[in-house]
Amino acid sequence: MLPYILALVLLLVGVFGIFTRKNLIKIIISISIIESAVNLFLILVGYRSGGIAPIFTARMAEISEFADQAVDPLPQAMVLTSIVIGVSLTALLVVISLRLHHVYGTYDINKIFFARESDEE
Amino acid sequence: MEDNRSLIIKRVSRWMAPFIFLYGVYLALYGHLSPGGGFPGGVVVAAAFILILLARGEPAALSKIPYAVAKELDALGALLFLGVGLAGIGVSGVFFANFIQEFLPGQPLEWFSGGTIIINNVAIAMKVAGSIFLVLYFLSVLRISGEGEVGFSSLEEK
Amino acid sequence: MIIAAVVALYTEELLSAVIALGAVGFGSSGTFLLLRAPDLAITQVVVEVITLVLLIRATMVVGSIKTEGRQRYLPYFLALLAVLFLTTFVFFSFAEMPQFGTPVMERFEDAPSIYYLLRGLDLTGSANQVMSVLLDFRIYDTLGEATVIFTAVLGALTLLRMRGRKQLDGG
Repeated sequence: MLPYILALVLLLVGVFGIFTRKNLIKIIISISIIESAVNLFLILVGYRSGGIAPIFTARMAEISEFADQAVDPLPQAMVLTSIVIGVSLTALLVVISLRLHHVYGTYDINKIFFARESDEE
Repeated sequence: MEDNRSLIIKRVSRWMAPFIFLYGVYLALYGHLSPGGGFPGGVVVAAAFILILLARGEPAALSKIPYAVAKELDALGALLFLGVGLAGIGVSGVFFANFIQEFLPGQPLEWFSGGTIIINNVAIAMKVAGSIFLVLYFLSVLRISGEGEVGFSSLEEK
Repeated sequence: MIIAAVVALYTEELLSAVIALGAVGFGSSGTFLLLRAPDLAITQVVVEVITLVLLIRATMVVGSIKTEGRQRYLPYFLALLAVLFLTTFVFFSFAEMPQFGTPVMERFEDAPSIYYLLRGLDLTGSANQVMSVLLDFRIYDTLGEATVIFTAVLGALTLLRMRGRKQLDGG
């Protein structure tokens, strides 16, 4: 049970960060932390104690023996997808915040918000 | 832009980049036998070019992989991936059917064994390498136009 | 990893925060290795390097940073609320969770994972079952993922190009 709880704590740290931080880069960092927490949790769900990686090698004689020992390949494939989506998400977020910084000269979301309000007036 | 990078960085990156590139290609080609696959392979290939970009500047990186080639790589990867799927319709009647494995089954644990998995891996590696290199290239090149921004070169002055 | 995550959120300087995020990523890569997921470990390492380069690029436009001006209490209240909400959910769902170390696929006779493990080698010929799931049984996911990357890169390049063109026009 303990590993699940650790993944949960990591997730909660990320959620807390998203709500309380003011800096755009810090918010991106929080999102990345949430991503790794969720990935970690999915892999933990598929783990089998004393299992082997889901790669068939010549040492395995029987496919059923392999299936009895290997960890779950499905969450691993899904998490592989999620990691790569995570990096493209980070790239997009970084570009957007760079652009915001270019326009408003700051990463602080409060200052950006006030600058926008004063622009509109 | 003035070139004030240290000699060691330039030399070592010149030696390292081909090996990183080869490792990426290996990851993509042997993804169906060993850990690896198209995504990490593509990112490692992109990382080899990014190393050149960061260590030796844009001209060196662009002489290795011109901008147009990176763009083509991105688009070709996506097209190849889709093409394999459409070929699956044509040959077996199902989108993304593994038609090579159906008609030409390879020996398991040999290199030629995965059917379309090999082609898909290579396609995804091309796509990921092209797109990630493009993003980082734009990020590092277009900083010149920004006002009051600090470039890579001034980071190394500190 | 959790310590690194907390450090990443609470350091004043942005560069240290980014590096602490790197510690989180490499820690999770090591954990993947311990959990018998070598594909993921490799992917996580390279992706983490790229993420670090991206974020360092983003932090470089500002000098050494004085983050966090005056703090208000409303965000903290909302954050606590969200944390409590999540914890309640998790409290109920953990009662249903299997013990750590027994995969969920063992609870069902016809779980797809078992099928993938048993028939993956025959049907796809791929020794690496993660690849056979990713690129054969569930290739639609991968197609969607490729679309996501394509869209993200397209968006990023468009935003960066806009900046370049504006500079050209405005001189």
